[in-house]
Amino acid sequence: MKLIFDRSVDGRQGVMPPKSDVPTTIHIKKELLRASDAKLPELSELDVVRHFTELSRKNFGVDTNFYPLGSCTMKYNPKVAERIAAYPGFAHLHPLLPQLRLGGMLTQGALEVLYDMDKFLCELSAMAGFTMQPMAGAHGELAGIMIMAAYHRDKGNKKTTILIPDSAHGTNPASAAIAGYKVVAVPSDSQGMMDVEALKKMVNSETAGLMLTCPNTLGIFEKNIKQICEIIHSVDGLCYYDGANLNAIVGKARPGDFGFDIMHINLHKTFATPHGSGGPGAGPVGVVKKLVDFLPVSIVVKRNDGTFALEYDRQKSIGYIAPFYGNFAIILRAYVYILMLGREGLKAVSENAVLNANYVKEKLKDYYELPFGQTCKHECVFSAEKQLADGIHAIDIAKGLIDRGFHPPTVYFPTIVKEAIMIEPTETESKETLDAFIDTMIDLAKMSKAEPEKLKAAPITTPIGRLDETAAAKNVDIAEI
Amino acid sequence: MSFIANTPEQQKQMLSEIGLSMDGLFADVPKEFLQKDFNLPSAMSEFDVRNRLAELAGKNHIDLTCFLGGGFYDHFIPAAVYAIIGRSEFYTAYTPYQPELSQGTLQAIFEYQSMICRLTDMEASNASLYDGGTALYEAMMMALRITNRNKILIDDSVNPIYRVMIHSYTKNLSIDLEETKNDQGLANRKALLEKLDENTAAIIVQNPNFFGCVDDFADLADAAHKKGALLIVSCYPISLGILKTPGAMGADIVTGEGQSLGLAMSFGGPYLGFMATKKEYVRKMPGRIVGRTKDNQGRTGFVLTLQAREQHIRRDKATSNICSNEALCALTALVYSSLLGKEGLKQTAQLCADKASYALQRLTAVKNVRTRFQAKWFFNEFVVELPANAAEVAGKLIEKGFAAGFPLSRYYEGMENSLLIAVTEKRTKQQIGMLAEALEAVL
Repeated sequence: MKLIFDRSVDGRQGVMPPKSDVPTTIHIKKELLRASDAKLPELSELDVVRHFTELSRKNFGVDTNFYPLGSCTMKYNPKVAERIAAYPGFAHLHPLLPQLRLGGMLTQGALEVLYDMDKFLCELSAMAGFTMQPMAGAHGELAGIMIMAAYHRDKGNKKTTILIPDSAHGTNPASAAIAGYKVVAVPSDSQGMMDVEALKKMVNSETAGLMLTCPNTLGIFEKNIKQICEIIHSVDGLCYYDGANLNAIVGKARPGDFGFDIMHINLHKTFATPHGSGGPGAGPVGVVKKLVDFLPVSIVVKRNDGTFALEYDRQKSIGYIAPFYGNFAIILRAYVYILMLGREGLKAVSENAVLNANYVKEKLKDYYELPFGQTCKHECVFSAEKQLADGIHAIDIAKGLIDRGFHPPTVYFPTIVKEAIMIEPTETESKETLDAFIDTMIDLAKMSKAEPEKLKAAPITTPIGRLDETAAAKNVDIAEI
Repeated sequence: MSFIANTPEQQKQMLSEIGLSMDGLFADVPKEFLQKDFNLPSAMSEFDVRNRLAELAGKNHIDLTCFLGGGFYDHFIPAAVYAIIGRSEFYTAYTPYQPELSQGTLQAIFEYQSMICRLTDMEASNASLYDGGTALYEAMMMALRITNRNKILIDDSVNPIYRVMIHSYTKNLSIDLEETKNDQGLANRKALLEKLDENTAAIIVQNPNFFGCVDDFADLADAAHKKGALLIVSCYPISLGILKTPGAMGADIVTGEGQSLGLAMSFGGPYLGFMATKKEYVRKMPGRIVGRTKDNQGRTGFVLTLQAREQHIRRDKATSNICSNEALCALTALVYSSLLGKEGLKQTAQLCADKASYALQRLTAVKNVRTRFQAKWFFNEFVVELPANAAEVAGKLIEKGFAAGFPLSRYYEGMENSLLIAVTEKRTKQQIGMLAEALEAVL
């Protein structure tokens, strides 16, 4: 299909800006103006609407069908949250308003949302305080590691290293490195959990902390989690909880109780805010009491008279990590979700997420290699190793699913599992949907044997087939200028 | 209301099929950690939640006439923007890992990258970063990687909100970050050139700068390049409808806040960080990038590319830790730019400049109010020097129904009486006149 620029017709215009009611004075000297107009397309409003409607039809979202993308928690995004985020009282609120004298009183509704969210997330995680500022999970990781660094600086600790399991999301080592730390990988044991004996040997006075997600990326709860945290604490290290997998335990158990000191929560995962084709997300960071002073500024506080205010004067704070108060409209959607579910609903979330994952795991384990067979949490990780004998890889199973109307699971992650197929059904999917998916997966396992070449040709029902990614990386064509 | 589809009956059936109980599913979690109850509100119906949130929204005063800017502006957003980004095929999808199912997102990002290049006159753009501040921080880190040097020069006419963010991010790193003090509202050439040396990775400047002043950094680009350093320019995309582009100035990395391109102010986010650079630096750029290629039948398609830079491949050696970016905001910016088009963007930029020019005239006609800087050229924002404390005056103007501007004393010493005023195409001649009258009345 054409690029939007190729639809342009000279002289056509879509939206008209407001009419001018002041004199036009080209008051800026010519040398400071652009030499020629920006080459934006010239289109009618309908041209633009049709173009993007056509593009949208080449997309697949949670609203399209089952989207069991492991580690991404592609649950249903309630429509009411979209409606509320568009309320003018929120959408048209300038972020600098509360920074004017008495301006805080003009934004009490928004500050209350931020304050309540802090309290809700504290209750759900056993942390003592949150910052809403991180604009994605990885941004939260970076903020969390900056807090860790500030803590060690404050105590005069000389720490250089952060330990991260080999099954971790790539963002963990990247965040630690960007914050200035050396990263050391901790191996997993034969049960898919952190190798505690190896950890003991790796921990020393240089250890600043550990980053861990629990359940881990294999969907397995780290049964030694308490001991792991104690080992890290024994050298005054801090434990960072990557909240990517919080959907498995939300409303049931709390990372702060396990021994974690810092954590982020991906609101676009556990709290159902839309993933937006790759963001915007939100990654609020929570900390235990001894770290509250290090949280970024500003913080929303409640005054004795019941009003809310922004507090900036915090000596030990790591400072500003976002221009304002985080991705407010995303935080707002998560707030709506928590209010709607309430404490009963949140518990049902993790229970049903875990039930759905185990149901899929049990139904497929005879057809696909299951490297770690114990009860899983919110996701299960298979391997396409059985299919390899017929030349079929995880990617072929993924593409086969596309032709059957499903979004594929995450493949080739976690990297410690060969030919990984990581399935996360989420709690909002019905048994009927899961059964249809399971039947399809079984079919594809059979097809791998019977007609492997057909599977290798998939997908055939999509606007395009498999793309030449090597050529894309070699002949870099990333803009039509 | 938990949006769970399975009935209790179905749940029971599923549990029995897999031979487990609900408690059994959590048997691997040590008992001591299984919380019985949480101190959270009870579930609410959609109706009640909407009423509750409407009440909270009502406590936010959006009725003030907005002259606040500081890098974040009250621009007009066409209805078609909302209609398009409200399509759930876009907003309920995730990062396009499966290109066959994501050509909509992928082509849109490719078009967005092209649009950013066309606006800035650069050769390559990424798929988005979080916001203008983190984009500038990422550009700084990118310059350090490219040059293998350690020193960064930044003028204090760059948005102070971005500068405080950069200070936070570099606290644990050994980077020599030096600030120069603006010269009469413009980037301080003399100080920057004095500090520029063989260890300098980049000079960071902004156009229009935080005070709204318009500049041309071609001289700084030349000077930087002679020393093997880069020039990083942060810019305001609407202004590029008429202003000289960072590309034409010779900038090496261009970043900015894309909120003005069709994104609601939403009390601070989500916004859009954009970044563009020269083709030679593409492999050092952070963030996702979409490339055009062919499929197995020779058809053109789009795919995430150059992923060897990214965290999911390179882990601690990646160019950045970014994973989720602001994809839907990038789509918004693309849709907005397409709807306005070539003429619409130019007209909008011109309107902003005209109305600001008119506002400056009207406001400086008020007794004892004058322009703060001698710098002659500004875009849609300017600084006035008041005969009284600007924070107090702005406070009084709130009572008169105006968010009149941003008092600069928060970030600049010796500017207690300075107020930064922004004017967009949405402000009318009448509103500007009323602001001038209100200002006169409170002084």
